[in-house]
Amino acid sequence: MPRKRDVDEVEVEIDEDSDSDDGRSKRKPNRRQGAGRGGGGARGRGRGRGKKQDSDDEEEEAQRGRGRGANKRKPAKKKGGSDDDDESEDEAPKKKKGGAAKKKKGGKAQDSDDDDSDDDKQKKGKKGGKKGGKDEDNGKGKKGDAKGKDKGKDKDDDKKKKKKKGDSSDDDDSDDEEEEESMSEGEMARLMEEVEEKKKLIANIRTKPWRMQRRLVVLKEAQEFVDKFEGALGKGKGRKWYAYKVMMMKKWIKFQRDFENFRTACIPWERKIKEVESHFGSSVASYFIFLRWMYGMNLVLFGLTFGLVVIPEVLMGLPYGSIPRKTVPRAEQDTAQDYSVLMDFNGYCKYSVLFYGYYNDQRTVGLLKFRLPLSYLMVGIGSFGYSLMLVIRTMAKNADVGGGDGEEGEFTFAWKMFTSWDYLIGNSETADNKYASITTSFKESIVDEQENQKDENIHLRRFLRVLANFLITCSLGGSGYLIYFVVKRSQEFANRTDLSWYEKNELEIIMSLLGLVCPPLFETIAELEDYHPRIALKWQLGRIFALFLGNLYTFLFALFDEVNTKLEEEESIKNASIWALKEYYANYSRMFNDTDTTPPPMNPADVIRGPCWETAVGIEFVKLTVSDIQVSYLTILIMDFARAVIVRFLNYCWCWDLEAGFPSYGEFDISGNVLGLVFNQGMIWMGAFYAPGLVGINVLRLLSSMYYQCWAVMATNVPHERVFKASKSNNFYMGLLLLILFLSLLPVVYTIMSLPPSFDCGPFSGKNKMYDVVMETIDLDLPAFMGTLFSYAANPGLIIPAVLLMVLAIYYLNSTSEAYQNSNMELKKKMQMARDEEKNRRNNKDSTNQVLKDLEDLLPNRSLAPPAPPEPEKAADERPTKTKPGSAGKGVNLQKDVALASPNPNALGPVNRQPGPRGPGAGGGRGRGRGAPPR
Amino acid sequence: MGNKQTIFTAQQLDAYQDCTYFTRKEILRLFYRYRDLAPQLVPLDYTNHPDVKLPYELIGSMPELKDNPFRQRIAEVFSEDGQGNMTLNDFLDMFSVLSEMAPRDLKAYYAFKIYDFNDDDFICKSDLEKTLNKLTRNELTEDEVRMVCEKVIDEADLDNDGRLSLEDFQHMIVRAPDFLRYRNSDT
Repeated sequence: MPRKRDVDEVEVEIDEDSDSDDGRSKRKPNRRQGAGRGGGGARGRGRGRGKKQDSDDEEEEAQRGRGRGANKRKPAKKKGGSDDDDESEDEAPKKKKGGAAKKKKGGKAQDSDDDDSDDDKQKKGKKGGKKGGKDEDNGKGKKGDAKGKDKGKDKDDDKKKKKKKGDSSDDDDSDDEEEEESMSEGEMARLMEEVEEKKKLIANIRTKPWRMQRRLVVLKEAQEFVDKFEGALGKGKGRKWYAYKVMMMKKWIKFQRDFENFRTACIPWERKIKEVESHFGSSVASYFIFLRWMYGMNLVLFGLTFGLVVIPEVLMGLPYGSIPRKTVPRAEQDTAQDYSVLMDFNGYCKYSVLFYGYYNDQRTVGLLKFRLPLSYLMVGIGSFGYSLMLVIRTMAKNADVGGGDGEEGEFTFAWKMFTSWDYLIGNSETADNKYASITTSFKESIVDEQENQKDENIHLRRFLRVLANFLITCSLGGSGYLIYFVVKRSQEFANRTDLSWYEKNELEIIMSLLGLVCPPLFETIAELEDYHPRIALKWQLGRIFALFLGNLYTFLFALFDEVNTKLEEEESIKNASIWALKEYYANYSRMFNDTDTTPPPMNPADVIRGPCWETAVGIEFVKLTVSDIQVSYLTILIMDFARAVIVRFLNYCWCWDLEAGFPSYGEFDISGNVLGLVFNQGMIWMGAFYAPGLVGINVLRLLSSMYYQCWAVMATNVPHERVFKASKSNNFYMGLLLLILFLSLLPVVYTIMSLPPSFDCGPFSGKNKMYDVVMETIDLDLPAFMGTLFSYAANPGLIIPAVLLMVLAIYYLNSTSEAYQNSNMELKKKMQMARDEEKNRRNNKDSTNQVLKDLEDLLPNRSLAPPAPPEPEKAADERPTKTKPGSAGKGVNLQKDVALASPNPNALGPVNRQPGPRGPGAGGGRGRGRGAPPR
Repeated sequence: MGNKQTIFTAQQLDAYQDCTYFTRKEILRLFYRYRDLAPQLVPLDYTNHPDVKLPYELIGSMPELKDNPFRQRIAEVFSEDGQGNMTLNDFLDMFSVLSEMAPRDLKAYYAFKIYDFNDDDFICKSDLEKTLNKLTRNELTEDEVRMVCEKVIDEADLDNDGRLSLEDFQHMIVRAPDFLRYRNSDT
């Protein structure tokens, strides 16, 4: 950390000494270690050295830049005699030793690097501080003093250098030394160390902020050195291996880079989204990113379903028309190709691979003996498993990004200022967009900031918020009751036949109306609350979510009612058809005296069949999805596009300004779109088991809506009035998605586990339960002991302890994570405190400087009556409480006060006496000088 | 790619590879990029280190820099004469630092230099204002600019001297999640 500017000579010397003492004491044992061990130690030291060189040069450069201007850096480099070089060379071994000591302990190069860089920072800071001090003093006529300080240090350095000469390993002199010395074991090791170090330098030369020319020169020297001395070392055993390792590392890095390039090239719509982002801010873009993420996930689900279920069935299963379930029944055949029927997913659609009922219950299909029913079940479950895993993993990753690196909000503006420009932009249009987006994001932050500072009538706001929540709860309850009422009525209607169109579609109409009316209502009510837009968005999302959830579950219950009636119906048909079959077989065997059962010679279209509730459910979901797509696309077309066209072109001949006035252009409705997407995904998850084609439809939908919505938003919408930033991690969306995933998992699992599959359609026909297919596979295809193993595993005696164990594990992990969190918080707090302390110290100094200035102003007047003592006295009193950050700097500053005041002979008397007794105390107050003996 | 040996010697190429984050191919590609800026100025033979400089006007017109608000600063920082006129070495240097292989520290160092408009080794308020105005094309009001600059200094200035030193800057920037991602530039 930078030191205070007004350090005096004594302090510097103390510091230097203690440092060098440290260095020496550490160095000696370590030195041995390095020599004795040869390679390992050498490498560690080399690493330390490489780093140090880096920092030295930085320092050097900085200093030169400061001293003379930026251009003349190069030429002086190799002059061993100049002050700068002395300094840096001299600090080098010291630092290196520190690094090596660490190395010995940890064995990890990382440690030493970190340590070194810390050291560097301190050193640099110190130097910077001193320079600053010099600058300041220049004005006050203390130049000589400051110079002397520097010189003193240099002298000190020189002295040290001499001491260290023996084992200092600087570029030039040590080369010569090395040559002269005979090759004892220790020398060998040292030489090896040198070579290793040079190699490190060669490897790291690109990380140095030097001019290319200088790099080339240094590189050449290093290479020559290595060439010269590597021969002397002989070809060590590890050498080749090391070279090989280095080469492989390079290749690996290259591969990683290529792969990364490839991967980023594969991410679609990056530019589209960036374009949207630049115009509408990150919140709208976050919707599109979410959409893209969903598209990726659905693509995988699509691959699973089509690759493992649909395509095998199409390629290897029986063709259309071969068995009843794959044939349109005779009664429907006339209308099976009508457009209206197809649009309702009846007719040919119903008896196609899109739906559950089409799949045959053959245990294996094709030459490969592909177990289709098993695969069907596994894909159904696997889709859920995959989605669950993906959602949770993404959430975890987002959380990691959010809390991983620097604390949120600590450097908001600084980061925005320094990292927001996208250096990859090579297109003026994109650049324009980027400018727009940067401006937007600055405005967002400013809004955020003002939001933080705003401070109004809190009671009124609280009251309004409570009121708003009350109103919204009322309307939610109202809509829930309305749906319940309508469902009840529809159950009554179900028994009647003379229904009007409205009565038939009452439920759907009410639900869409609610979906249309409630969100704007909520939004209006939310105005009362006056939240920050980001928080308001979350509330809005949550409320609409509750509304939709009500709708969805009402729909589900209605569906289950239907399924139950279908199941009863099916039961009777099943019995009847079994009876018919039995009769047929009985007749057959009686007439031909033959027990070979050949199926009755019936056209598959004429066979009596059950209602196949799975397909019915699938059709419901597909219909719902399709109508959802239609509604959302039409809404965009009418609400956004038509409105935009009207506003744009009627504006020429209208009595008020349409663009600025009432209709205006639409804003992009983030909450509605996100929820639409989430609920749509819920439908897909629920329906995909009964209609494998649904996933394909969904992929198409997402793909088209990406383009369509991107176009719509760019063409017809205007940015939100108050642009705001999406929260860094869109874990909120993910949370919604996870909830929906669970909610859609429930009914599907329920049906799989408890409802009997239809007897004459689908891959599980003829089984009592769908999961019987797994049992069958275990029994027939796996070796016998696996069956017993599974039966043991399914034993409650084993399951209960396993569940218990899992619960315990969760509990344990939870508590450890909590502990980690606590310690993390603690550390963060400590860091913050350290920072604050630092800041306060500086602050205080500034403020004392202010006092000082006032004092200076007063000085001439004080020549008559010197009232100075009280003030230093006070400061002295404060000194013991220096642990408090606020007063930490005071003792120190008074010295400066003295120094500055000294020109005035009158003031000199009373004030100057103070430092004498206070000397050591003041030293103790300083952060770094603590504990150092006065000299 | 033509005959490589006429442009650089093998040693030169190796040295450049050691000194930059580029492969041999990329170096040659960069050379051609450099040469294409001014074919009449740049010789095809670099084996004897010809002393050629391209003026800033040519460097700044490259598509990579053309739209960059800081192009002038970047050219100035990386050029040896501080005026934005670049030799091939400077040119390679610049792309090496801006490439995605370059480590954070190096980037942070150069980023600091780039944002330090007045070369006083501190990013002071005027530097920040300049940066901000360049980033937003003067679209923020003066009040907003002042507020943002004050916030930046308040956030990142650890020693409270009202300006950002290199340490402040590094401390702040290496924690930025976007820093590495955004300061990339590939050839």
